[in-house]
Amino acid sequence: MTKLTHLTLAEARDGLKSGDFSAVELTKAHIDAMEANKDLNAFITEMPELALEQAASSDAKIKSGDAGAMEGLPIGMKDLFCTEGVRTTAASKILDNFIPPYESTVSGNLKKAGAVMVGKTNLDEFAMGSANITSAFGNVKNPWSADAGKDLVPGGSSGGSAAAVAGGLCLAATGTDTGGSIRQPASFTGIVGLKPTYGRCSRWGIVAFASSLDQAGPMTKTVRDSAIMLQSMAGYDVHDSTSAPMDLPDFEAALTGDIKGLKIGIPKEYKVDGMPQEIIDLWKKGEDMLKDAGAEIVEVSLPHTKYALATYYIVAPAEASSNLARYDGVRYGHRAEGELESLDDLYCKTRGQGFGDEVQRRIMIGTYVLSAGYYDAYYAKAQKIRTLISQDFKKAYETCDVILTPTCPSAAFGIGENEDDPVKMYLNDVFTVPTSLAGLPGMSVPTGLSEGGLPLGLQLIGRPFDEETLLRTAGVLETAAAFTAKPKMLGA
Amino acid sequence: MAYIIKGETGDWELVIGLEVHCQVISNAKLFSGASTKFGAEPNHNVAFLDAGMPGMLPVINEKCIEQAVRTGLGLKAQINEYSEFSRKNYFYADLPLGYQISQFDKPIVGEGTMVLDLEGGETKEVGIERLHMEIDAGKSQHDQHPSKSYIDLNRAGVCLMEIVSKPDMSSPEEAGAYVRKLRSIVRYLETCDGNMDEGSMRCDVNVSVRKVGETELRTRTETKNVNSVRFVMQAIEAEAARQVEVYEDGGEIVQETRLFDPTKGETRSMRSKEHAHDYRYFPDPDLLPLILPEGFVENIKKTLPELPDEKKDRFINELGLSPYDASVLVAEKDKADFYEEVAKGRDGKLAANWVITNLFGALNKLGKGIDESPVSAENLGKLVELISNDTISGRIAKDVFEIMIETGDDPEKIVEEKGLKQITDTGAIEAAIDEIIAANQDKVEEIRGGKGKMLGWFVGQVMKATQGKANPGMVNKLLRDKIMG
Repeated sequence: MTKLTHLTLAEARDGLKSGDFSAVELTKAHIDAMEANKDLNAFITEMPELALEQAASSDAKIKSGDAGAMEGLPIGMKDLFCTEGVRTTAASKILDNFIPPYESTVSGNLKKAGAVMVGKTNLDEFAMGSANITSAFGNVKNPWSADAGKDLVPGGSSGGSAAAVAGGLCLAATGTDTGGSIRQPASFTGIVGLKPTYGRCSRWGIVAFASSLDQAGPMTKTVRDSAIMLQSMAGYDVHDSTSAPMDLPDFEAALTGDIKGLKIGIPKEYKVDGMPQEIIDLWKKGEDMLKDAGAEIVEVSLPHTKYALATYYIVAPAEASSNLARYDGVRYGHRAEGELESLDDLYCKTRGQGFGDEVQRRIMIGTYVLSAGYYDAYYAKAQKIRTLISQDFKKAYETCDVILTPTCPSAAFGIGENEDDPVKMYLNDVFTVPTSLAGLPGMSVPTGLSEGGLPLGLQLIGRPFDEETLLRTAGVLETAAAFTAKPKMLGA
Repeated sequence: MAYIIKGETGDWELVIGLEVHCQVISNAKLFSGASTKFGAEPNHNVAFLDAGMPGMLPVINEKCIEQAVRTGLGLKAQINEYSEFSRKNYFYADLPLGYQISQFDKPIVGEGTMVLDLEGGETKEVGIERLHMEIDAGKSQHDQHPSKSYIDLNRAGVCLMEIVSKPDMSSPEEAGAYVRKLRSIVRYLETCDGNMDEGSMRCDVNVSVRKVGETELRTRTETKNVNSVRFVMQAIEAEAARQVEVYEDGGEIVQETRLFDPTKGETRSMRSKEHAHDYRYFPDPDLLPLILPEGFVENIKKTLPELPDEKKDRFINELGLSPYDASVLVAEKDKADFYEEVAKGRDGKLAANWVITNLFGALNKLGKGIDESPVSAENLGKLVELISNDTISGRIAKDVFEIMIETGDDPEKIVEEKGLKQITDTGAIEAAIDEIIAANQDKVEEIRGGKGKMLGWFVGQVMKATQGKANPGMVNKLLRDKIMG
């Protein structure tokens, strides 16, 4: 029998169902893996006791025939989802003692489906980062580090989730994606990451970064796993005014493997100057694989792509500057101690001590772009461009069904690299950000290895609320790519 | 009468605009679902959103939208089918989210008008600039502990309507009339209870002054949180006088926020310049634009009550009241309802006199409201009727009314029991007159000699002899006949 930690979510589900192993055994195997791989620093809070309790209750449910769709499956929960009674930090010092008295809708949905939560995964502070180096709880190490012979970043912001899944510490994990935070780390760690359409998953109970962009999604080993997990995460929520009042389709059923006649759009503007040859080659390879499967390749134009990154770095910080105003040391979380001269002094010291550099940088950018005299030049203009970017996609979907692009301009880089220049770091999101601005579903599928033997993903982008076509295409790409490489650390 | 400040350098006039915050009547807060019940223990009506907990999201309470639209209709204002909620960002300890959810450039209600009822029945139309919805902040309490401030979040998230007037008013009286009229309208509509002493209606007063004849507006100041009609008027007086003094001393007015100190009767600057706020308004990404569904406004329109202006017109046109009496009666809905019951099928003018002069006067003395009136509308109506059909005279009626105020009794019963029915029997009155004439021949001669005024003395004597029950008209006529022959 393969090691339990090497199973996919679907395999584990079937194994539990047929009684090959118990949920407790499955969970125990992952807890052991967590123990053995603490150096990855994938988790901020581990919950072995709670997980085993949950697993035992899952076993009972499986036995009595009351099993939920994800019954007994151990998963990681990005530490941005508020979990009732379990510390939720957003990887920030300002929330390092915060225990929510409520459960986020998405984590609650997964709980209801029977998923076993093994721990809260590490991330960039408040999900702001592309390398998981801004966490107040330390860097996360990419499980592929041994393959590169140096410590690699796992990508970010959902770096802990990505590392935990790729490293076999849990079967799957939740992520959140604001500008690429699910897709980029998925690409860096060789797993599947799906950012659903904005509004597909409720944001209620997720620590907010940028409200108009944040979206929760699954990070899994396979496309099928992604469909299974999305099914349990998604759905309309009356507590989130921006969640879509729509019924959920059967996502797993969408994986027919048949994309004959489907039109795959290749956006010419994504062929950016200086893109590494291996990325260009991978992209072409993906195009060919989909063509071979019966899809038709069409060139599409997304003319406003070049403004996307700048637009994103106005809109997201603007919303963040307001969303993070509540962390003031008055009601919960970190509070500056000692002599305080005034309320303003309390704010300055609390926030100065509680927020890391990247978070402070973005709060300042956001405050600046919203301030009187600059609003029209920055925020108002960015909103207009955002509309144009959405229209670009709308127009492109008149001639294609799914768009294929690289996920990132490079494979995972070393910890310590790109840290001197924030703009260089921001460039990681150049291919993922437009999708976020347009609120579209996007997905990274591991498709090949770099020259250095590191995983590379391709991104598929779908029409709004058409995750079914997206998943179907991803499934075909996955099969054709036959990406079976595993990090050395798994010993496979 | 124009309100003019006579200065050293000439005459100054006032330009006044008001921003009134009205707490919306609703069971739940605007976005959190927490209760709005007044008087709860501190921090008991608080949902996670109101406390600014991570990941909490606002969901619009439809009842509040309804109330805002209703108020907009009552102000004869444009209802915007598309509006947006924006965030007004600032830090304060009683603002848990670090921003107030408000409406900025796309409010739910646009321009409207309101008619002010002024002294002597005059009216003046004042423009409404807009009405927007927003959430209230919590309450900071600085007097509970020597070194700490306490915060009560019960009020945080409660729905407010901010109603902004155009700068159309030019005297403290007009501003007072504006606040009273607005209060009257929201109470008729039942969208705000209008209780200024409980803070459910709060006023920000914008004042500037200019030389009579100038057409440009000068710099204005905003005096915040003035919480009674009287204080609104006093604050305007004080602030206008201050501004004139500053100008006449060669100074300039700074655009700033001020506070009114009612004990000193003066305004003072609230914030220093370095704390000038930049609220960084932007559309709240947690809320979709508010688009009123088809028929929403129409359905509310159908349930609007008769408003004070329409009621006033009806009282004037159908019941023959003077504009002044009508405006006094319609100012409060329960008073107007009381009056209508008194006047039903009776002499409207007479009923108005009795309600305004006698009843309101008596209630005032007792310190009671109309809802606590010892005299029911039904009984006061009967009294009016007893006067109208000559069962009792107006003078006797006053005595009966005194008894009614004390006992709450039916006037018919009082008149019956005390034998107060008017004497309309000519014979009885004649007998009394003859007796008095016989005893006062000298005075009769005086009248006949041209001292007509003495007739009044005789009327008084006859009334006295009949304990006031004689019909005064008949007494007059019979006396005249007998003396003047």
